[in-house]
Amino acid sequence: MHRWLPHPLITLALTLVWLLLVNSLTTGQIVLGLLLAWAIPLFTLRFWPETLHIRRPGLLLRFAVRVLADIVTANLTVARLILGRPEQLRPVFVEVPLLLKSDLAISLLANTISLTPGTVSSCLSANRDYLLVHTLDTADADALAATIKTRYEAPLQEIFESC
Amino acid sequence: MLDLVLSLLILAGATFTFIGSLGLARLQDFYTRLHGPTKATTLGVGSLLIASALYFSTRGESISLHEVLVTLFLFITAPASAHLLSKAALHLHVRSLAPLPQESAIADEGSAQRQKDSPSAESNKLFLKT
Repeated sequence: MHRWLPHPLITLALTLVWLLLVNSLTTGQIVLGLLLAWAIPLFTLRFWPETLHIRRPGLLLRFAVRVLADIVTANLTVARLILGRPEQLRPVFVEVPLLLKSDLAISLLANTISLTPGTVSSCLSANRDYLLVHTLDTADADALAATIKTRYEAPLQEIFESC
Repeated sequence: MLDLVLSLLILAGATFTFIGSLGLARLQDFYTRLHGPTKATTLGVGSLLIASALYFSTRGESISLHEVLVTLFLFITAPASAHLLSKAALHLHVRSLAPLPQESAIADEGSAQRQKDSPSAESNKLFLKT
């Protein structure tokens, strides 16, 4: 099982992506999609050293909805800032200490930060202790780091790493 | 009715994409300019894609779901490229409005590894001799 199907979740996701790509639901395409989705994880095994565990699928779904909503607000905020007075922006680099350990969780957090209000993740420290985040307009850097931790890091930790 | 929704979506998409590009001209330094293209455009392209999915699902023979995939790939790649751009800028010490973080904060895994490895360079040479 583990040798021949190392990442069942990735296989499932790849099948879905294939079906969306060809935009059809015939039996032939499903079989072809399953075949590809079985072979690709085997060939890219070295790229995914750790097995993927989603411990709380429900929470993941809620997290995705929250991020989508935040993306919409992020767009409105940034649009307002751009149209406003760019000279008055207060950009800051903030260091956000990380509790997350797994590669996937950290990259998801960095992605989320870049997609949400006024922040872009810039750099992951060498020992993975903290993430450097650039913000467009912040008065209180510590409050921002706290928001990122409670709003995005805590759910991600629960989804991927809780024991 | 559908036409109205479609036109609204396309207009909103165009507006957001335009504001995102406008950010490139109006903002002051490299790091803040990154914010425009990564964010304002995701919603812009997003609403254009929703409009496209709606149009082809109602006019064409079958439901069109390519757009979901495009959105997914966009949401994965836009932050990744922004991250790499700003990381490269940090290493090059590009002028910034925000105070730049300390040198140690931006040392990447590679350079830390190299520093760790440097004492062992001697032993490597010895190994090569034998």
